[in-house]
Amino acid sequence: MNLLKTLLTGAAMAVGLAGAATAGEKVKVGFIYVGPTGDFGWSYQHDQGRKAIEEAFGDAVETSFVESVPESADSERVMTQMALSGHDIIFATSFNYMDHVMNVAKKFPKVKFEHATGFKRADNVSTYSARFYEGRAVIGHVAGKMTKTNTIGYIASYPIPEVVRGINAAYLAAKAVNPDVKMKIVWVYTWFDPGKEADAANALIEQGADIIMQHTDSPAAMTIAEEKGIYAFGQASDMGQFGPNARLTSIIDNWDPYYIARVKAVMDGTWSSTDTWDGIKEGMVGIVDFSDKVPADVAASAGAIRDALSAGTMHAFTGPINKQDGSVWLADGETADDGTLAGMNFYVEGIEAELPQ
Amino acid sequence: MDFSAISPVSLIVSLIAASTPILLAAIGELVVEKSGVLNLGVEGMMIIGAITGFIAAVSTGNPFLGFLGGAIGGALVSIIFIVLTQYLMANQVASGLGLTMIGLGLAALLGHSYAGIKPPSSPHLDIAGLSDLPVVGPILFNHDFIIYFSIILTASVWYFLNRTKAGLILRAVGENHDAAHALGYKVVRVRIYAILFGGACAGIGGAYLSLIRVPQWTEGMTAGAGWIALAIVVFGSWKPWRVLIGAYLFGGVTILQLNLQAVGVNIGAAYLSMTPYIITIIVLVIMSSDKKRASLNAPAALGKLFHASK
Amino acid sequence: MLRLEARPNPSRTMQALTPVIAVAATMIAGGILFALLGKSPFAAIRMLFWDPVFGEFAFYYRGQILIKAAPLILIALGLSFGFRANIWNIGAEGQFIMGAVVGGATGLALYPYEAFWVFPLMIIMGAIGGMLWGLIPAFLKIKFNANEILVSLMLVYVASNFLAAMVTGPLRSPVGMNFPVSRNFSEYASAANEELIAGTGMHWGVVTAFLAVIVAYIALTRHIAGFQIQVTGQSARAAKFGGINPNLTIALCLGLSGALAGMAGIFEATGPAGKLSTNFPVGYGFTAIIVAFLGRLNPIGVLLAGLLLAITFVGGDVVQTELQVPKASIQVFQGMLLFFLLGSEILVNFRLRLNKKGVA
Repeated sequence: MNLLKTLLTGAAMAVGLAGAATAGEKVKVGFIYVGPTGDFGWSYQHDQGRKAIEEAFGDAVETSFVESVPESADSERVMTQMALSGHDIIFATSFNYMDHVMNVAKKFPKVKFEHATGFKRADNVSTYSARFYEGRAVIGHVAGKMTKTNTIGYIASYPIPEVVRGINAAYLAAKAVNPDVKMKIVWVYTWFDPGKEADAANALIEQGADIIMQHTDSPAAMTIAEEKGIYAFGQASDMGQFGPNARLTSIIDNWDPYYIARVKAVMDGTWSSTDTWDGIKEGMVGIVDFSDKVPADVAASAGAIRDALSAGTMHAFTGPINKQDGSVWLADGETADDGTLAGMNFYVEGIEAELPQ
Repeated sequence: MDFSAISPVSLIVSLIAASTPILLAAIGELVVEKSGVLNLGVEGMMIIGAITGFIAAVSTGNPFLGFLGGAIGGALVSIIFIVLTQYLMANQVASGLGLTMIGLGLAALLGHSYAGIKPPSSPHLDIAGLSDLPVVGPILFNHDFIIYFSIILTASVWYFLNRTKAGLILRAVGENHDAAHALGYKVVRVRIYAILFGGACAGIGGAYLSLIRVPQWTEGMTAGAGWIALAIVVFGSWKPWRVLIGAYLFGGVTILQLNLQAVGVNIGAAYLSMTPYIITIIVLVIMSSDKKRASLNAPAALGKLFHASK
Repeated sequence: MLRLEARPNPSRTMQALTPVIAVAATMIAGGILFALLGKSPFAAIRMLFWDPVFGEFAFYYRGQILIKAAPLILIALGLSFGFRANIWNIGAEGQFIMGAVVGGATGLALYPYEAFWVFPLMIIMGAIGGMLWGLIPAFLKIKFNANEILVSLMLVYVASNFLAAMVTGPLRSPVGMNFPVSRNFSEYASAANEELIAGTGMHWGVVTAFLAVIVAYIALTRHIAGFQIQVTGQSARAAKFGGINPNLTIALCLGLSGALAGMAGIFEATGPAGKLSTNFPVGYGFTAIIVAFLGRLNPIGVLLAGLLLAITFVGGDVVQTELQVPKASIQVFQGMLLFFLLGSEILVNFRLRLNKKGVA
């Protein structure tokens, strides 16, 4: 029991220290990444957000990060260590950190935690995610207009709602402008394996896909598209340098505004637990400029969709939409509610493949 | 489901490309194991080759020098293994695992400023007339030069092991190092050459990943290819041509799996991915159960320590 | 030229001294590495070795070191028995996974039934799962003379794919939004492997690891089975004359190390990891091979080596957060530590002699 006491006093001391840091000058911000910061995708983009915080607040903040943290007990240790060493706010940037975030948050009630893509919250745990599917609707439109073979290839990671939502959004947008469009989907069961992603891109191209979309983290598919002379879209980060000719546009995970706002809230003492799901409107999902390979009229109509999604005058899932089995999902004019979207585990009508369950 | 969408020709072309890195690494490891050394550090040497090859190619703008850089990088890092196992008599299994660990780390450090760069592209064989032939053209006459190199390498290793005196000595060393030593052969020296060769081959295999197959540098990009190479050596029962077939089968399973998915076949990806390993075990069992045949292929002194005590 | 000369007996002094030499050499080489990265070598080395054990937050890190060390020690103990007998199980990672899957499936099948025997049953099933997976290479070696190094290595990949199939299929959590993860064990009281004393890191796996060290020590030094294993390792022929059945030894070593790895797996899944997922195995099975060698295949040595490696893991994360060095530098550092330890081992059995004539 003595040990317990030691820990509690220790933790209290640490929390006290953290409080002192806030009262003093610097706010300490910690990040844990699931991949290397050099993945040019998911983790890279979160690290950009960290740099944006440093740029925005200069000497008033101190940031630190640990990369390639496995989604295991190791993540719990790294977060605890950050909390102990006086970090005021900690961003955990992968879904499977969820239970570990909750465990650490329980022990450090004064430290703020921000968990990306999760769904468990507490008084000192916020969750945040982006409506990437809005971006998918824009690139789906571009792909539907521009495919010559009427075949879009999609490299998918795991059959989770996030990914399924992206496939459906892209397909619906493509189908709306091109009734003959087909989507070929390959599941690679990994977020990051450049070799496998490249092989998947090749397989899709061989089967007639002339535009590739991906929901994996490395720019491998982009380089393959560049080499084979077809088109692709940047995922998470710009990826333009990997496919100067291939890239039509990119969906950017732009965490900067959110991260800056949350750190600001800690500084002002206004931070509270929230659930954020932002899209194009708030700038969390960014569509970079269309390349000169995109015809002007397509760029204009895609731009209009982006603007409508941003203004809220349009929803990416607007009925009539049937599920794959033909049953009605959304009636004419009806839009999808966030609950269904958050747990989406079905394909919409028209996609031929079977969703792995 | 429209299976006609899968073109057998392009399937073969891409399975060859997907298999080449593991083929190169496996051929190198075959020679190492034939000399009686088990180097489990293939993954580490491959990733070092991937980054040193990439750095060489980017800084010289020449893909040939890139592959040379990969070979040198792989061979250099294998020196650690040589020092430990051949001079300091350390255990090969532990040293090999350590080599993989340090290789992955070193490569990431070396590559820190090389992420996000495009390497110079490697030339493809393009023989007017031949490369345009239907079916035969793309399968035989339209690859990048490393694929031809890998096949020539397989043939050379076969020739070396079976038709040259040096190859005979290498096999003798791997079979019974004490006897080879008694006959006056330099056991340690032979093994050092073999390990360096293995490192160079793994390095070229890694460079193939970063320069041609993906082509870019990303941390941890070998993603287990080195371990598959180890499996293929066993699968191929320590024979170069069987190793080649084994590599193509492994690559083929991956490529076929992706292609089947693309036409809409829903397959248990995990179950399919484990089959090559199960087949490898079965092959190993069949080979080993026949003692006469096993002794012809598997080097008897594999993994055993040698010290020339007088 | 330096020449190696075999010592008539292993040097006791060197046995004690080599780890110190190796750690010192690693500190120097590692210091140079961190200096090259533009960081203070002294701060980095302090954070790696000192802070986790004696630093400001050591009260937390000490527990974490135990959590990290327990599976390494448990697995390495089993492996070292086999290694002594020249039986090379390098597939402990696979046995670790299968232990977690079988034990975890047992618990998940019983959910939400609460009873005191659920957790012990899961541990037993985990041990059985790991043991059976370890007995596959044993059987193939006894029956068909198949090399156990290669078979056990191949089985690692079979096991990790099997785990993937399970967590995307039958064991996937019904409340996990289709993510490839199982139900969380910490939300199922009877199956949870909680800390026994809050903040100490002590969970049943740590307790088991310590008990196993004691049992292994006694078995190897006092018991006939330990003698049997040692003799088989030294000479299969001698073993036969002594009436020791080499096949039994093979089965015993692989089965035992499999069972221990399986137990480590289920302890980890129910405790620190909390659930089964494709990224739940973080390579304990392979790192344990290193621990077994660093510990010189001796139970006390394994205990110390496991703790040392765990310290560098915990300290490695401290260095990363505090100095902002890439993860790769920690990997390189650990690699160097391993190489120096392996390399200096030679001083135990050989002595260096200066020789005038070069010897190749």
